Amino acid sequence: MIRIERRLTDAGWLLVAVPVGSLVGAVILSSVILLATGHDPLGTWQRLLDRGFLSEGAMSATLVQATPLLLTGLAATAAFRMQTWNIGAEGQLYLGAVGASGVGIALGSQPAIVVIPAMVLAGLLFGAAWAAIPGALRAVFRTNEIITSLMLNYVAGLLITYLIFDSHSYWRELSTFTSRVFPQGKYLSPAAAWPSLQIAGIAIPFGFLLGMVAAASLWLLYRSTRFGFEARVIGDSRAAAHYAGIRTRRMIVAVMALSGAFAGLGGAAEIGDFRHVLDPRGLQQASFGYGGIVVAALARLNPFAVILVALLLGGLSNGGFSLQGADFPAGLVGTLQGLILFCALAGELLVRYRIRVQRPRSSSVRPPEVAARPA
Amino acid sequence: MRGITKRFPGVVANEQVDFEAMQGEIHALLGENGAGKSTLSNILTGLYRPDEGEILVNGKPVTFHSPRDAIAAGIGMVHQHFRLAASFTVAENLVLGHRDAADRGFLLEPGMIEGRVTELARRYRMPVDPGARVWQLSVGEQQRVEILKALYRGARILILDEPTSLLTPQESENLFETLRLMGAEGRTVIFISHKLEEVMAVSSRVTVLRRGRVVGSVLTAGTNPRDLARMMVGRDVVFTQKKEGPAQAEREVILQLRGASALGDLGTVALRDVDLSVHAGEIVGVAGVAGNGQRELAEVITGMRRLTAGTVVVGGKPMRVGDPLAAIRRGVSHVPEDRMGTGVAPSLSIADNLVLKAYRRAPISTQGFLHAGRIRTNAIDLIRRFNITAPGPQTPTRLLSGGNVQKVLLARELSSRPRILVAASPTRGLDVAATDSVRALLLEAAAGGVGILLISEDLDEILALADRIAVIYRGHIMGVVERQNASVEDLGLMMAGAA
Repeated sequence: MIRIERRLTDAGWLLVAVPVGSLVGAVILSSVILLATGHDPLGTWQRLLDRGFLSEGAMSATLVQATPLLLTGLAATAAFRMQTWNIGAEGQLYLGAVGASGVGIALGSQPAIVVIPAMVLAGLLFGAAWAAIPGALRAVFRTNEIITSLMLNYVAGLLITYLIFDSHSYWRELSTFTSRVFPQGKYLSPAAAWPSLQIAGIAIPFGFLLGMVAAASLWLLYRSTRFGFEARVIGDSRAAAHYAGIRTRRMIVAVMALSGAFAGLGGAAEIGDFRHVLDPRGLQQASFGYGGIVVAALARLNPFAVILVALLLGGLSNGGFSLQGADFPAGLVGTLQGLILFCALAGELLVRYRIRVQRPRSSSVRPPEVAARPA
Repeated sequence: MRGITKRFPGVVANEQVDFEAMQGEIHALLGENGAGKSTLSNILTGLYRPDEGEILVNGKPVTFHSPRDAIAAGIGMVHQHFRLAASFTVAENLVLGHRDAADRGFLLEPGMIEGRVTELARRYRMPVDPGARVWQLSVGEQQRVEILKALYRGARILILDEPTSLLTPQESENLFETLRLMGAEGRTVIFISHKLEEVMAVSSRVTVLRRGRVVGSVLTAGTNPRDLARMMVGRDVVFTQKKEGPAQAEREVILQLRGASALGDLGTVALRDVDLSVHAGEIVGVAGVAGNGQRELAEVITGMRRLTAGTVVVGGKPMRVGDPLAAIRRGVSHVPEDRMGTGVAPSLSIADNLVLKAYRRAPISTQGFLHAGRIRTNAIDLIRRFNITAPGPQTPTRLLSGGNVQKVLLARELSSRPRILVAASPTRGLDVAATDSVRALLLEAAAGGVGILLISEDLDEILALADRIAVIYRGHIMGVVERQNASVEDLGLMMAGAA
């Protein structure tokens, strides 16, 4: 009989061994699929690694992919740590993009020193405000924030589609004939393009730098502030928080807004670093908000680990783009990416639980424990 | 039972336990919490399988694969927390999951079942209406249904786990009467308890467990509470008792409830027009059967529950009700009934839990930032002063034993220099040594001028500590008596609602 039981103590070495083992497991499983579909596994992995991280310009492209993932990962981390389930980073990111692009258009003639900070601020505020809606509903009416924040993603998705495709809004380009027939957003002025930092031939986008600052701030917030202490108590036991006189309702709204602000900043970065236009289709296809939940889960809600995981997943999706071609269908790329995530998340189980094999009706000898090995 | 051993990951719950009960005897299984009593009874009723050892019923070895096998062997169990379907009738509960001659295929025959129930109830003097739905019954009646259920299924051996914990003294006496009848009839009763008095009163033989092992098995007639306590704990025990203190009348009234009413969690009236006062340095005990508004009373005073009428006056000034922070700021400390989960945040460290209320103020925090060093020194200091046994200040609180969790709680609540301490069942589930140190801390706090409201279902504890005793019944204070004028009989009657 195989039983899964909870570990009584957290095993430190597993925190390293399990992710590594999960990755190995993913490589083995994917290789089976690659062989079955007539592809060379070794070559495929090499290409993925090459295009994702190693070849010229790969790292810069990966960083662009990683930036929104980093910020939505932080958004999920901020909320999940307090056991508040903000699933709405997707919509909050759209709203951040709406705010940042709107401000970017409005201040188009201003210098970068004015436009860029304004875009950052707009992203933060729009995301925070959108997330505060489910937060306030939770605090006042005790609605389930998982459902309300998730539903608001669809509302936000329809909103940005409306702004560009279904209306003559401020965001839509209407000055040329083609743009009136084929709707698209207004491009921002060059002053609104965010700068990047060049280090050793790699361009680090401004948004990614902001994300690293955000990660450090979040870490500090939870570790050594009164606000973070209250959030930790609420996350562990709402009853204990109430007992200790913590204003749990205010904290829920505040933490949701904080979470939304990170996601909104992710949207602003996507506009400032990369798209320079409000692009409903591109934003919705990327689904960075949902990706952020995966990032946060893999990073075990550690803000610094979020940076690394965002880079890894960013590289994976960036490398995935370049794998696609006539001989390599997009579905197969998705399968490989899915397998890696699947193994990583399944491995998480082994950090907290162990598997014991019990021989049925054996004598009084205690069954040997099977060493926990990732699948 | 011979040589029973049961291990759980990290602990040995029973080690080489030999246990023997004769036909027709009432055999008490005595031991502190965690001594292995429940594990042993779970093995006997087929819920667990022993790692080693064997069970013999009437001299024949048996193996139980499930509780069904144990029931078939004539072993019945009455759990501490009843396992009844609340919306079913008494008769329906009795036949639930049970197949016998009264059961013709799909169809039940209520008349026949009810007839048999009534007859059983009469024989054992446990009056209960077989047609009543379980939710309508009192706790004492529900327990009778549990016992009847076991008897209905033909139990020759009946195990009762802490059966008196929810009963009034009178109800307990009735239960003992029933048990004696069953013994006289040749049934065997195994009575699990950690209360010495009731073991002395009801049993004919006692087996004492300590840390999973049998310490000894003695005839009740040949022993006394002192010897049993020594066997149970492994050393002499003298419970801390309140000394006759100075008269409290001239001391300041520090807490007063005036006409306080409140609703319970289900929206029903839980507190009705409660008037109660506590003087500085006084311990007022609130006695009552569980579920009569004790929790709501504690929550109203500590701001965790709103009042629907009345006021709470602290130190002469009315307090903002329904606001725990206001109560904390007015010097109202609280040791809640649910210590793990409400009283402490289980996964946070001991150090964090020790500043669960003080984190707002200097020196623990300034300008919104916490000072890790001061949190740590505070923890080291309190761990030493309150004799908390813990690997270190960063240990998650959930890993501590119940007694040490309670010490963490008391250390935090008393080190804030409160004016009032509301302590709800502060020693429930603690072993003898921890109980004693908790009681000593309460007495010390009272001697230092703290007014204490001690809410407890353990009448002995209230009699040992309180200066005055208030009895609560269905959310109303039935009366307040001085300790020296209190008798268990009178208190018991008040607890049952007879003023």
